[in-house]
Amino acid sequence: MKLAVWTYEGPPHVGAMRVATAMRELHYVLHAPQGDTYADLLFTMIERLPHRPPVTYTTFQARDLGSDTAELFKRTLREAHDRFQPQAIMVGASCTAELIQDDPGGLGRTLGLPVPVVPLELPSYQRKENWGASETFYQLVRAFAGANAPETGTARPARPDGQKPSCNILGPTALGFRHRDDVVEITDLLERLGIDVRVVAPRGATPADLARLGDADFNVVLYPETAETTARWLERTFGQPRTTTVPIGVGATRAFINEVAALAGIDPSAELDSERSRLPWYSRSIDSTYLTGKRVFVFGDGTHAVAAARVAANEFGFDVVGVGTYDRTFAREVRAVAEELGCEALITDDYLDVEDRIAELRPELVLGTQMERHIAKRLGIGCAVISAPVHVQDYPARRSPQMGFEGANVLWDTWVHPLMMGLEEHLLAMFRGDFEFHDAAGASHHGASHQSPSRQSASPADHAQQAAVGAPAPSFEPTAAANDLSEPAWSPDADQELKKIPFFVRGKARRNTETFARERGVATITVETLYDAKAHFAR
Amino acid sequence: MSAVRQSSALPSAGCDDLPVLRERGQREVFCGLTGIIWLHRKIQDAFFLIVGSRTCAHLMQSAAGVMIFAEPRFATAIIEDRDLAGLADANDELDKVVDRLLKRRPDIKLLFLVGSCPSEVIKLDLSRSAERLGRQYGPHVRILNYSGSGIETTFTQGEDNCLAAMVPELPAATPGEPGLMVVGTLADVVEDQLRRLLQGLGVPEPTFLPARNAADLPPVGPDTRFLLAQPYLAETARLLEERGAQRLAAPFPLGAEGTTRWLKAAADAFGVSPERFHEVTDRPHQRATEAVSRYRDALEGRSIFFFPDSQLEIPLARFLSEELGMRPLEVGTPYLHRGIMDPEIALLPAGTDLSEGQDVDRQLDRCRAATPDLVVCGLGLANPLEAEGIATKWSIELVFTPVQGYEQAADLANLFARPFDRRTRLEV
Repeated sequence: MKLAVWTYEGPPHVGAMRVATAMRELHYVLHAPQGDTYADLLFTMIERLPHRPPVTYTTFQARDLGSDTAELFKRTLREAHDRFQPQAIMVGASCTAELIQDDPGGLGRTLGLPVPVVPLELPSYQRKENWGASETFYQLVRAFAGANAPETGTARPARPDGQKPSCNILGPTALGFRHRDDVVEITDLLERLGIDVRVVAPRGATPADLARLGDADFNVVLYPETAETTARWLERTFGQPRTTTVPIGVGATRAFINEVAALAGIDPSAELDSERSRLPWYSRSIDSTYLTGKRVFVFGDGTHAVAAARVAANEFGFDVVGVGTYDRTFAREVRAVAEELGCEALITDDYLDVEDRIAELRPELVLGTQMERHIAKRLGIGCAVISAPVHVQDYPARRSPQMGFEGANVLWDTWVHPLMMGLEEHLLAMFRGDFEFHDAAGASHHGASHQSPSRQSASPADHAQQAAVGAPAPSFEPTAAANDLSEPAWSPDADQELKKIPFFVRGKARRNTETFARERGVATITVETLYDAKAHFAR
Repeated sequence: MSAVRQSSALPSAGCDDLPVLRERGQREVFCGLTGIIWLHRKIQDAFFLIVGSRTCAHLMQSAAGVMIFAEPRFATAIIEDRDLAGLADANDELDKVVDRLLKRRPDIKLLFLVGSCPSEVIKLDLSRSAERLGRQYGPHVRILNYSGSGIETTFTQGEDNCLAAMVPELPAATPGEPGLMVVGTLADVVEDQLRRLLQGLGVPEPTFLPARNAADLPPVGPDTRFLLAQPYLAETARLLEERGAQRLAAPFPLGAEGTTRWLKAAADAFGVSPERFHEVTDRPHQRATEAVSRYRDALEGRSIFFFPDSQLEIPLARFLSEELGMRPLEVGTPYLHRGIMDPEIALLPAGTDLSEGQDVDRQLDRCRAATPDLVVCGLGLANPLEAEGIATKWSIELVFTPVQGYEQAADLANLFARPFDRRTRLEV
């Protein structure tokens, strides 16, 4: 057993739902107890889809157990087919139904429905959401494209003269982090290069579309989490090469353009010469000097964490002090980028471990998931979200891709925003002694009566989140930590000196000095201790 | 059609001819684990440890959207493959998890081990675990267990099971000393208002189950009368009756009239004079009636359709028809306990269709055919219905928001008026 406060990934059948909901003309019949229908709200409330996910649940209860759950499954499957008339149906079990071993796949076959029934085996007690999405996509593609597979060993015929090069885009699902916008961005990019995009899957594809995946010249693997297994199978079966570069950031987008150009046998120089990203110039702009060496901690799914770490180091000039992922299947890639950037990798799906690491590293910026956003808020650190798990605010109304050159622009805006602007930083230093300018004064646009806003007040985004699910007003748990009698005391001089430090770094200076004093058994912090600590922690 | 239209087989006081549509099909409702979201806010030194799967943990954070809590007082002990394969002893594993948890949270006085679908299917006996752990960590930490599983409970029934697990722990009341207990989780502000009203009536000092602290267990015995503040507490009521307490039958304290009737049940049981009753209730009753009437224009004559969710549907339909002139079309409830609900059903307008259980696709068909002005439904259905042009109200807000009592009657009316207000404003 494993103690979990929050989870980064849902169970594997939620991954299957992300594939089913992304596609059209496909239905998923899930053997599951009452209550598992909660997963519908992920799609209708977080992603704000205007339709229900194409999922029918058996919602069995205790009274059904041992008597006729198999019969219940068959009836549910038949009724779902009759009502929704899909091109194909996937059948499977959630965690509880897996234990009662009714074999939905076998039951599905016996019904003799007039459409293909694809059985899914998703072991809920070993695997998680991303694996479930990947396995589901793989099983569907095998089922539908597999029928058109050439004889093993058949060489792929050359593209006929005069036919444009073509590819499929693989990986985008429902409930993905910016998948909606990435697909638009990369499709545009490929079309500008003169490459036909034949099928985008699973997002927007029908089972019939999957059947013609083998027609394209190569596959673009946008999200390896969901598509790599499938792309490797297509490579073996149809001789279709696949991309290995995920185009997040300017450098990766350039590399991606070169990679697809090589696969398509075309010249990419026109596209590379007309590069549309503002990131390179903004990053070289003189006001960005203050970004140099900002300490950044990166955490997310494997693909986004690796990409964000490289972009942070190479395109923003940050110091990446830690990088990690909750998805063990990407541990190797994450460890490699950690080594490349000279920091330690953190491979864990325990939210409390991530919190401990961030608290220990004290970065100036966190690039993480919604979970890290909450950690960062508690610790008073800026944060930008770079990866699933998602939240209603990860579905902005405007187009906001992560990939391609426009995606790089979006990264620039969203990562720099949480940091204090450089010029403001200078002004703060210049005016730090000004009577109007101290931490109790509050923002000038609130007028004199306004007191300094609490750090812990919930942001509008949190209110939006609560509103989305009707949760009660935020309140914070009482902390168990009591005043420790061994805490060092501040001498009046040192306390005065501390107040001269700009308020936005004063908390950090206080903590560092106290840590320094504690570690050395200093009972009273003097001005000397303060500056000893400052020198100690100076980079 | 597997559904049958039949009269209730449950014993009840009158109205036996009431037709109830019984449905058995896909249920679009939460399981009982979801009750932890409000129970852990109410009992401030209790921790809820779900023994379940990754799905349970995912449900809790998705349904609650409460990741803003620093470290919530609930968590999941996720059963893994090695627990199922017998490679690890599930009891030893649970002990380790509880040990880690209680070391981390020394402020916890009451720990609930909460059963889930998988823990019940593998027949993990959490009552024995609770006993064993209770010997180890008691008396500082009391350890109880209940089931919040979807195979046993629908949404609010999780609270019923939680309170039912507390009933055997309640101390015996002093014989001959009359007592009044209010049963069901209420927001603190509502609890305080109702306490002041009951104190004003001069009935015995009311106690509340659950109380805000684990140690404040209300006493119970043959001289205890109790009022249900929530309609979904059939099992808790049964166990209280087994300990000799008597339930005071009453409508629920929703709306000005519901609150008055609820208080009247207590007043009559303890022989409060009509003068005293009027003296205490007239002013707040009038205040509530006036405040509610401000929403009458927005709601009068509008039709409303309830999907089953919290078992609050029937009392809400009664409030909306009686005090605001709305027209309930179908009122769905996950479970209909006639003994508890009869006083409410008697107040519904003639021609209201009642349904129990659910077959969601068929109910959606009926809903579209009925073309209601407002649909009360869960989060999985609301946006899809809105996209079809049907106004909805999220039922979950009705259990997370303080809605009981005189002072909240207008807030409750406003929850139903707001969807209409919004539609009037929008020009996009």
